[in-house]
Amino acid sequence: MYETTYHRPASIDEAAALFAKHPEAKYLAGGHTLIPVMKQRLAAPSDVIDLAKIKEMIGIEATSDALIIKAATTYYDITQSAAAKKAIPAIVYLTSVLGDPAVRYRGTIGGSIANNDPAADYPAAVLALGATIKTNTREIKGDDFFQGLFSTALEDNEIITSVSFPIPAKAGYAKMRHPASRFALTGVFVAQTKSGEVRVAATGASQNGVMRVPAIEAALKANWSAGALDGVKISADGLMSDIHGSAEYRANLIKVMAQRAVEAAG
Amino acid sequence: MGVEGIGARVARKEDKRFITGRGRYVDDVKIVGLTHAHFIRSPHAHAKVKGIDASAAKDMPGVVDVLTAQQLVDDKIGNLICGWAVSSKDGSPMKMGAWPAMAPDTVRFVGQAVAVVIAETKNQAKDAAEAVVVEYEELPAVSSMTAALASGAPQLHPEAPGNVVYDWSIGDEKLTKDAFSKAANIVSLDLTNNRLVPNAMEPRAAVAEYDEAEEHFTLHTTSQNPHVARLVLSAFYNVAQEHKLRVIAPDVGGGFGSKIFIYPEEMVALWASKKVRRPVKWTGDRTEAFLTDAHGRDHISHAEMAFDTNNKILGLRVKTHANFGAYMSLFSSSVPTYLYATLLSGQYNIPTIYAEVMGVYTNTTPVDAYRGAGRPEASYLVERLMETSARQLKVDPAELRRINFVTQFPHQTPVIMAYDIGDFGASLDAALKAIDYAGFPARKAKAKAAGKLRGLGFSCYIEACGIAPSKAVGSLGAGVGLWESAEVRVNPVGTIEVLTGSHSHGQGHETTFAQLVAGRLGISVDQVQIVHGDTDKVQFGMGTYGSRSAAVGMSAIFKAMEKVEAKAKKIAAHLLEASEGDIVIENGEFKVTGTDKAIALPMVALAAYTAHNLPDGMEPGLKEGAFYDPTNFTFPAGAYICEVEIDPGTGKVDIVDFVAVDDFGRLINPMIVEGQVHGGLAQGIGQALLEGAVYDDNGQPVTASFMDYAMPRADDVPSFRVSHTTTLCPGNPLGVKGCGEAGAIGSSPAVINAITDALGHNRIEMPATPGRVWEALQLQQAAE
Ligand SMILES: Cc1cc2nc3c(=O)[nH]c(=O)nc-3n(C[C@H](O)[C@H](O)[C@H](O)COP(=O)(O)OP(=O)(O)OC[C@H]3O[C@@H](n4cnc5c(N)ncnc54)[C@H](O)[C@@H]3O)c2cc1C
Repeated sequence: MYETTYHRPASIDEAAALFAKHPEAKYLAGGHTLIPVMKQRLAAPSDVIDLAKIKEMIGIEATSDALIIKAATTYYDITQSAAAKKAIPAIVYLTSVLGDPAVRYRGTIGGSIANNDPAADYPAAVLALGATIKTNTREIKGDDFFQGLFSTALEDNEIITSVSFPIPAKAGYAKMRHPASRFALTGVFVAQTKSGEVRVAATGASQNGVMRVPAIEAALKANWSAGALDGVKISADGLMSDIHGSAEYRANLIKVMAQRAVEAAG
Repeated sequence: MGVEGIGARVARKEDKRFITGRGRYVDDVKIVGLTHAHFIRSPHAHAKVKGIDASAAKDMPGVVDVLTAQQLVDDKIGNLICGWAVSSKDGSPMKMGAWPAMAPDTVRFVGQAVAVVIAETKNQAKDAAEAVVVEYEELPAVSSMTAALASGAPQLHPEAPGNVVYDWSIGDEKLTKDAFSKAANIVSLDLTNNRLVPNAMEPRAAVAEYDEAEEHFTLHTTSQNPHVARLVLSAFYNVAQEHKLRVIAPDVGGGFGSKIFIYPEEMVALWASKKVRRPVKWTGDRTEAFLTDAHGRDHISHAEMAFDTNNKILGLRVKTHANFGAYMSLFSSSVPTYLYATLLSGQYNIPTIYAEVMGVYTNTTPVDAYRGAGRPEASYLVERLMETSARQLKVDPAELRRINFVTQFPHQTPVIMAYDIGDFGASLDAALKAIDYAGFPARKAKAKAAGKLRGLGFSCYIEACGIAPSKAVGSLGAGVGLWESAEVRVNPVGTIEVLTGSHSHGQGHETTFAQLVAGRLGISVDQVQIVHGDTDKVQFGMGTYGSRSAAVGMSAIFKAMEKVEAKAKKIAAHLLEASEGDIVIENGEFKVTGTDKAIALPMVALAAYTAHNLPDGMEPGLKEGAFYDPTNFTFPAGAYICEVEIDPGTGKVDIVDFVAVDDFGRLINPMIVEGQVHGGLAQGIGQALLEGAVYDDNGQPVTASFMDYAMPRADDVPSFRVSHTTTLCPGNPLGVKGCGEAGAIGSSPAVINAITDALGHNRIEMPATPGRVWEALQLQQAAE
């Protein structure tokens, strides 16, 4: 690791002010992505600004319309939240199959979304549920937020403060774990909004990161059932192919995971 | 025997320090003035080193020195050696290229070192390494054996034309050909034994210290065999003289074979400690472990088996290509030959076998022994072939094995090994019963109704441990003898130290070796201390690998104990005024049989050391040593049955049941044996389902981290059902065979046989990842 200076601000404003002073800084949340990358000397922030201890960034609330998870809330806290379980159990399930206990104790929803790993789980939920990402300066629609591999609509100095998930009529997540990393080899989040719209997002599959799957959305819109997807063909074009799975395999997984997610959603 | 003697499930003595974080590993060694080494490694699989400019780096903060490969050459430091000479069929010796500890002019695999930075801190060394400019001229690389053997392929070493190290054979070609010409059926199979990365939990490390006044070196290193390390470092590398070099292998966090070998890093650390006149530490990180620890396996084979009309095997023909990587590691040459092809007879009566093995250089990390070393490759080949044959001949796979089992012992195979004892049918029967073989069709039908594909696979493996009779291995080209040594010291107050040439790095020797001694004397294991891993403390020894420590190491202790007991009995008889022949040892006492006269061990020991009242002419003291050279290999064997369920939607394989019945001879500590089997099974299942080191066409490793290289996790393996049948090994005084590698040797074929059973065809290779199994299912559907 290169030498760096660690800061622990007490508020969002203080964190933003620190960043303004140190333009080569990086925000740190759970550190489960940033720290390994720094240890490998692939990132060299002059300063590290720790968001994980900022009280106003931690917590979960549910209203009648939305589940709001503050950005520095850990996965573990999400899995333990009664409010989250009641509002959107699929989110709690997704979190429970994310990483391992050590990762879940430290990793945060804000860090996951900011990082936008093409095989991360949360981006699928954000996209399928049509969530809104709140930052210290604005609100960004989930549909506009993810911009390809490891790239988002965030400015360098911008801080995600919370994510607001509209409560759906039905939602489910199914994940085929990558044998080595246990990220999503392919994960599919299916949601039916209260107004009847069907949104489906797949992660881990596309060369461009998380994506909607229109073919599955159309089939489920016509008939919300796993069986409705039997005849759906998913093209392998543009899907990732590596030693753990060909593009054809991932295309198959999109369908199979969608079916299982629908079954899980009920 | 006592409650803590042989056969008792004594909790491991060493675990207290391990589970409380008090183990002392090489990286824990702290010495005043310590410097830190960081190696500069090639990013290319094959390149000429045109020049190294370290001038800027030398001026960086904390930098002590930057040493380059050329300086090694200038100091006449020797190249790494391969310690087992294997000749080709035509009699020519193997063709080896030189392997310098750092490459002065050509690098041949990604990760090969060209220079080393020595600095006050590791971080400063890494900073400076970034300032060292190495100019490479890339050369075309070969990353697969197919590419290496193609005509016009880039050549790695001028000494090895065509990238061939040797073209070796064993068995009788003509007899085998004749057997095949008489066959009623011939079954053939092509298979790949995937390359594995050992991934011991503790990465390799070395701390070297040079005492200028004494001209003496001390090396702490992660070694399975510190004396062999000292021998090789002093005899071949011109770094230090044997009597001026102390090698200490303290607690070592797993080896699996990968810490047998003497690697460039410890050589360089030793050499550098003298050059910079400061102690030097190098601790590898996980990436370095992936790039530079010797890998395992990596075979491509074609095998054919001939059967008569009664389904009896007539002969076996095998052609194997073994990938050695870019250089010949210390014991690499023996692995795909004498440790592999000699086990191709399996548990079966095979009248004739002919096997050819071609060793091949590629621009990849060197390959050497890894848990099982050759034997997993043999059992995978034989057991896949048996299962395939059963299906093709339409015989029950258990039955086909049974009618071909060796049942008379000793049994001379056509490939050197002479099996001393076994009862293969007993293990198979026990396994069939445990898995409820008769109930399988019903379970399969039930799984099918639930949309799952169920399959069952066998593996009746045999392996050879207790390596080995020194004369025999010597005649096969081994550069060392493979005996073991022990010294038993009874202290004046009756506590005991056992110095052993074996080395424990997870095996639990501190407990099992103590059990042997405690059991014989009827004392507690707490009275016995096992000392190992330090060339200044322990007499010469050969170390731990090949499941040899019980059969060879403990047999040496047994011999030393006999000598100690004989002398102690003489002293006791003298003190008790009884006849030596009437003395028996019970509960820590020397008793006169049939009387109540007794003297406790501490009193006997004290008498030995005060020497006030010893029999006339007896030397004082109570300490004896022994060397034990085995009379034969030992032959652990067993029957494994694996039952899997495949999810056809994802291709994911779940192991729903796994039964292992092993015959290890006498069990010293059944709990430790079960632990060894569990670990071995996990590694074999890892090979079958998850692990595989992959290189791209340019020789770049694709799987150099745990994000890409899949290690088995707890939830990837089932709750194993492990049991034992027993035939006592006649070849050593304890009747033990060895248990350290069996799980890794026997399990992979059982898993793949179960998968191919579920798939209904044979077109799947290890690792059978979900993606590959799904592709195999599509092949099936396309065919239908
Ligand atoms: C072994 C392992 C297994 C894993 N498995 C999975 C898995 O199965 N599925 C999965 O989805 N992920 C997985 N992860 C990734 C894990 O979820 C990471 O923790 C996550 O990607 C990043 O979250 P973090 O809180 O650790 O962020 P950090 O590592 O602290 O930060 C990551 C990036 O986000 C930025 N950042 C963090 N918080 C904010 C914020 N509030 N506003 C703006 N920028 C911010 C940082 O500056 C940094 O660039 C795994 C990680 C590990 C180590």
